[in-house]
Amino acid sequence: MENIFQHLSPPGDRKYSLLGDIIVLIFVAVLIYLGITLAFHAPSEITGPTIGLSLHLLPWYALLSVSRMVAAYILSLVFSILYGYAAVKSRYAEMVLMPLLDVLQSVPILSFLPVVLLSFSAILPKGIAVELASIVLIFTSQVWNLTFAWYQSLSTIPRDLREASKIFHIRGWLRVKTLDLPFGAISLIWNSMMSWAGGWFFLMAAEIFTVGKKDFRLPGIGAYLQEAANRGDIKAVCWGVVTLIVVIIALDQLMWRPLLAWSSKFKLNMTDSEPPVTSWFYDLLVDSRILYRLRKGISRLLERVDMWLIHLSYRREGRGKKRRSIPVMVITTGAGALLLGIYLYRSILLLSSLTSHEWWHIGVALTATFLRVSMALVIALLWTIPVGVAIGTNPRIARWLQPIVQIAASVPATALFPAFLLVVLRLPGGLNTAAILLMLLGTQWYLLFNIIAGASTIPVDLRYTARLLQLSKWQKWRYLILPSLFPYIVTGIITAGGGAWNASIVAEYIEFAGKTLKTTGIGSTISQATATGNYPLLLAATLAMIVAVVTINRLVWRPLYALAEEKYHLD
Amino acid sequence: MSEDCLIRLKNISHSYSTGKKSFMALKEINLDLKKKEFVALLGPSGCGKSTLLRIITGLQPPTSGEVLYRGERLEGVNPYATIVFQTFALFPWLTVQENVEIALKARGVPPQEREKMALDLLDRVGLDGFEGAYPRELSGGMRQKVGFARAMAVEPELLCMDEPFSALDPLSADSLRGELIELWTTGKIPTKTILMVTHNIEEAVFMADRIVIMDKSPGRVISQVLVSMSHPRNRKSPEFLEMVDWIYALMAGQGHSVDGSRDAPVGGGLKGRGIPPISIGDLAGLLERVFEIEGGRCDIYQLASSLKVKDSEQLLRLTEAAQLLGFATIIAGDITLTTLGEIFAEASILTRKEIFASRIKRLPIFKWILERLYASDKGEIEIEEVQSLLEEDFSPEDVENQIKTIINWGRYSELFAYDDVREVIFLEEHP
Repeated sequence: MENIFQHLSPPGDRKYSLLGDIIVLIFVAVLIYLGITLAFHAPSEITGPTIGLSLHLLPWYALLSVSRMVAAYILSLVFSILYGYAAVKSRYAEMVLMPLLDVLQSVPILSFLPVVLLSFSAILPKGIAVELASIVLIFTSQVWNLTFAWYQSLSTIPRDLREASKIFHIRGWLRVKTLDLPFGAISLIWNSMMSWAGGWFFLMAAEIFTVGKKDFRLPGIGAYLQEAANRGDIKAVCWGVVTLIVVIIALDQLMWRPLLAWSSKFKLNMTDSEPPVTSWFYDLLVDSRILYRLRKGISRLLERVDMWLIHLSYRREGRGKKRRSIPVMVITTGAGALLLGIYLYRSILLLSSLTSHEWWHIGVALTATFLRVSMALVIALLWTIPVGVAIGTNPRIARWLQPIVQIAASVPATALFPAFLLVVLRLPGGLNTAAILLMLLGTQWYLLFNIIAGASTIPVDLRYTARLLQLSKWQKWRYLILPSLFPYIVTGIITAGGGAWNASIVAEYIEFAGKTLKTTGIGSTISQATATGNYPLLLAATLAMIVAVVTINRLVWRPLYALAEEKYHLD
Repeated sequence: MSEDCLIRLKNISHSYSTGKKSFMALKEINLDLKKKEFVALLGPSGCGKSTLLRIITGLQPPTSGEVLYRGERLEGVNPYATIVFQTFALFPWLTVQENVEIALKARGVPPQEREKMALDLLDRVGLDGFEGAYPRELSGGMRQKVGFARAMAVEPELLCMDEPFSALDPLSADSLRGELIELWTTGKIPTKTILMVTHNIEEAVFMADRIVIMDKSPGRVISQVLVSMSHPRNRKSPEFLEMVDWIYALMAGQGHSVDGSRDAPVGGGLKGRGIPPISIGDLAGLLERVFEIEGGRCDIYQLASSLKVKDSEQLLRLTEAAQLLGFATIIAGDITLTTLGEIFAEASILTRKEIFASRIKRLPIFKWILERLYASDKGEIEIEEVQSLLEEDFSPEDVENQIKTIINWGRYSELFAYDDVREVIFLEEHP
């Protein structure tokens, strides 16, 4: 976890155009509009499952939750790989696909949840609809960084390896297997770990989503925790949290660590100073005899598949390439643009049914949520900077604090929301304070990990120099620590800010112990619109939130990120 | 077309374009490669020799002109050609044996046969016992042997080598050269023709039957030399040394006699070959060394060995700079210090800066920059302006090198300073 951010794709290293952003936003708007038109047919009352609290149900719930994650992850991986190839293969596809990815990456995913849930329950039987909606939601949260990582790895394959593949006729499946996948493996695995961590957050949110008479809950560990908190059953809450932590740690130890240890053979640099990732489970697997035989068997099978595919590709070569003619492309693009235009017009019609009072309300709600997000970020910065620097520059503290922090961070904030509410609702300020704290809970870890990573990259000789120059404490922070942390803080804030906006959907409007609690905010507006079936308002509020977040990213964080990259880079 | 011609290049030109500007990397190259011939492509970096190799193998289509292989026009990657890469280009996640086998597998050779061939080849290049090792466990020389084994595996008619020895330590490079020549001359490999790209004159003379000398801006063939000495060649023989010397002279003298623009005592820099990317410390070192030598005159080739310069190209760049600035003259492979060069060699740091400033002020590119600086209100210009001017004449990579050198020289001579954050060149004493 400590170096996870080194493998993340930076958010600001590509050029973007305003026009591209607008086209993508229109595309997203039309997509939401289509969802909303379906939502009109959604049943006005939806009954949820009954969630039992007995302990023997917990493993079953855990299994259900993990299965949803697995399904979504497989979907994400397949999608990422195909999308990446499409973007790399054609320059035109790249021009469309990459900006699209960029905007979708910064959109608060949870704002889609109501629209997705409503539209799915309009066309599918209830059980399937909610399951599918949760998977789609997790998918949308997992897929972007994976896709981006894969695309980046495909487009950064060293020229000599690409040329060697070409000159030795390594192509098609053989190239995927010998070049593309191995080259991208490490980045794919790190990003998969990030995707899973993020996925839990959304899964928990999806499992406990209820608005008014529409109960979209799903049997799973998130719903269990919520039910336990609702009934004030502290013991069940504890057991639920323990189960969740056990599941997450088990996945880390039995899946991700072994994968990382295995992937170290795909390192390109012949020499590397980074200590290799070790995994006891991987060592165990390597030594197993049965697995050795199994591996032999599989490789023999794969060999046959390879040879068959190679011969096939030689046979196909004779037939020559098919090329799509330009008129066809023009017609498809034209038709697409026309459809987009029609639906854009319709969604504007739908939006125009809103009263000016409602627009005013959206504005107020956006401002309220914006203030809450900023508060949460400021509080998070205030404690994560000193703690992060302490951990990052002091190996002794790091040794015992790091594991605790990692376990604390591995628990998705949304899973703890209901239990957390039991405590914070008693604080002065009620839900307003609670919402800020809930956002904080979801976002502080991104910042902390980035700051730890940043602090540990401050070269020792610079720290010695600072001491030799007898810089005062303030001077040391002003001239050494804060400038070196700057890029990491900006990266952390971008991710954390996204998380905070997402959290607003579940933090500002809460069905708790039979009561509905709400406070002014865009998340609350979206939930209320879903509850009351005010679909024009739902469309407007969702769009407003997306546009706001994308705009803030573009106008504030992008330039800061560019500055950080340019001026405050320590390499 | 004659029977023994394997590859014919007809009017090959190649240009790269960045935005609206385009840069000519290769201009009207006509060249034949015969069967049973070892040809070396020799030239300074940026002369397009690697690009030419990629065009010959079909990895890159030329902008204009055509490549004929056995009389037929080449479309796509040439299936009879292969490349040994400067950077080895081995798959780090495959073992030595798998790296060789993958080339065979891609041609559909079944597993048992593949294994036998790979082991045999590895044995032949002397890697017996290393089949199971990963490339990262091997030394540079051994990695390149894997590169050779992989290239031989596909039994190419045309073996192309892109500076195959330049990433190796001198000892491994020497022994590998010898081994390759032995394989080639004894006919142990089925290869018909070898094409080697290099910037190392000695290497070319040691190995090739014919040396094609190229020059840059635009990349073109300026001369061809036949080497008729028999293998194995003795590097210490007078015949060998004379040939190396002659080629040094050919390459160092180039640019003065041909386009004439460099005959002026201080020229170049804007149009033409640009300023040589060298560090001033190295230049001063060279001048001091020549100055110490009796008479201030010496043979460039001897200088190379006494200075222990790693590659001849760096030395050529230094002598070119010395000449460009009027510190030395080069005649027939000999370098002679001018009076100014002698003064520079003896001078203090401050005097050196003054002399240097007065010389580079006369280079067109510096002249242009200074004019712009004095003309601007704030006494500054953006580096982008200089960049876009240079883009007309240089490849993107060279533009970057030129800019770096210009800033370096400017800073040293204190003619101007550079702000890295704002990316502007500015006059320090501007009011």
